[in-house]
Amino acid sequence: MTDISKPITGGRMLLSDEMIQVFYRLLAAFLICAALTILTNSFFSLGNILNVLRQASLLFFIASGLTLVVLTGGLDLSIGANVAISACIAGTVIHQTGSPTLGVLTGIGVGGAVGMLNGVMVTALRIPSFIATYGMLWVLHGITYWYMGGETMHGFPAGFRQIGSGYFLGLPIPVYLLLVFLAIGTIFAQRTTWGQEIYAIGANPVAARLSGIPVARRLLLVYTVSGAMAGLASIIFLARLNSAEADIGESLTLPAIAAVLIGGTSLFGGLGTVFGTFVGALILTLVLNGMNLLSVNASWQPLVTGVIVILAVWLDMKTRRRAA
Amino acid sequence: MREQAMVLNTNPLQRIPGVAVMLVLLCVVFSLMTPGFLTVPNISNVLVQSTILLMLALPMTLIIMTEGLDLSMGAVLTLTSLIVAIVALATGSLLLGLLAALAVGIVFGTINGWLVAVVGIPPFVATLGTLGMAQGLSLIVSDGQSVVGMPAAVRGVYSGTLGGVPLPIVLGLGSYLAFHGLLYHTRFGTYIFALGGNREALKFAGISARRLLILVYALGGAMVGLAGLLMTARMNSGHPTAGLGLEFDAIAAVAVGGTSFERGNGWLLGTLLGVVTVGVLRNGLNLLALPSSIQVASVGLLVIAALFVDGLRSRS
Repeated sequence: MTDISKPITGGRMLLSDEMIQVFYRLLAAFLICAALTILTNSFFSLGNILNVLRQASLLFFIASGLTLVVLTGGLDLSIGANVAISACIAGTVIHQTGSPTLGVLTGIGVGGAVGMLNGVMVTALRIPSFIATYGMLWVLHGITYWYMGGETMHGFPAGFRQIGSGYFLGLPIPVYLLLVFLAIGTIFAQRTTWGQEIYAIGANPVAARLSGIPVARRLLLVYTVSGAMAGLASIIFLARLNSAEADIGESLTLPAIAAVLIGGTSLFGGLGTVFGTFVGALILTLVLNGMNLLSVNASWQPLVTGVIVILAVWLDMKTRRRAA
Repeated sequence: MREQAMVLNTNPLQRIPGVAVMLVLLCVVFSLMTPGFLTVPNISNVLVQSTILLMLALPMTLIIMTEGLDLSMGAVLTLTSLIVAIVALATGSLLLGLLAALAVGIVFGTINGWLVAVVGIPPFVATLGTLGMAQGLSLIVSDGQSVVGMPAAVRGVYSGTLGGVPLPIVLGLGSYLAFHGLLYHTRFGTYIFALGGNREALKFAGISARRLLILVYALGGAMVGLAGLLMTARMNSGHPTAGLGLEFDAIAAVAVGGTSFERGNGWLLGTLLGVVTVGVLRNGLNLLALPSSIQVASVGLLVIAALFVDGLRSRS
């Protein structure tokens, strides 16, 4: 995983290569769209396309923070459970105080705090990230189920629900949020020193440390951002569903990882883009939406997502190996 | 670091304290807090309930020793348990059910091993992918419904006894002894130690690390198939979400038992004690009337604590 031959400023130097990778993926998304337009009557309608975009943006919020983690060569398996606990606590706050603003801040705060704990485990306690966040998954799962005690929360203020289900100038609100975070994420990763340092850590952690990058602090930041984005996603989920149960968002971990990997971010760190993850989220949403329109039983969704994860990694390894 | 690992290998007794102290401590605390804990029926209950976990934790130890991981075990267990139920229901034959479950388990294990060893996908992602596949297949073969109406023989596997000892315990002990023999007294076992600790040496010895890895994961799949039989027998039915998440208890047992995630040295007796520790923890919290959600969270904390200690040990 610590391949010395990789340039340590992977992000900017390989941007053109990354662009080609993203272009292939956009082409794939386009082909899926074309196929679904031919195969189904209902795909190419404004309602369905807006629906796909909204679903893809939900997935993107979780997957964007995860992208940064994967860029450092780590993994965050706790994001789904983090969405659940953030949504449930934020929901309670909104019910108790009646203030959506406070609820939004709570959701992002809880998510970020969980992410920071992950970061502490990975940096200070030096537990491998996949197993630390996997332990965290079950801790959060347990706490959320205990906290909710089998109850469901319903009925949030209409203004709050707009975040998830409202429209502005004909487009769903989450799509605007998507554009904002896509821009922030891309600029952060490609155009800031911190972003470049994240690529450097993923490409070669030893070289990164030797060249004076504060690796532990950057990793802490990345895991906190990943958690905070899960918190943000939980808010939009809550606003969209208008209810919260202990299992809200829990099944999103695998799709989020799939979106990152389909988007071309390498599991071995140092290669990939936030925009690629957006395209990955779009492709996965299109596939699942298409299965739905073709009346494939929803039971097939985890199976297909699992196959896609493995295919995406396999494809990534094949193309990178040829490039190297 | 590697030298230290060797020393630890030759003297596993050095590590007994960790997990054994924890187990004794938990037993003492629970005996003091609930009168029902330290009774023969309850202890026997803990041991019987731990057998399914043991069947996952034994191969998980070997997999973790190869610096791997199998996150798909719980989902594949669910699938094999359903297969036992469906085949037993259709044919009335327990043996056919077991064979089908073993076959499905081995197929999944082989796919895992192939993805890890040949394709080169990091184990936690490869097995996360097959987790999704097994979960999806479970929903598809069961149509999301429980499979009920088992022949009487199925129930007998869990409730029967052999010479006065409950059958699950016989199967669990048998599995432990088989794995102990395999790991410590065969060449295969020596190679597994080498896979985690010294892959170069394997290459020089002319052993195919790939084939060995596939075998380790396939063995895991076979054990999951066997555990599927016990699972179905225990519930007297097949359920499409029954075993989900059980891989976490297995990983917890292995981690608590002192097998290292980074240095390729495993300790099977530690895993056995780890399985009992997880079983005692869940049972005790249960007797204290704490909900299962708290049990799950406690096991999560247990894993993080065990890994923290493992990290400290590898640094010192």
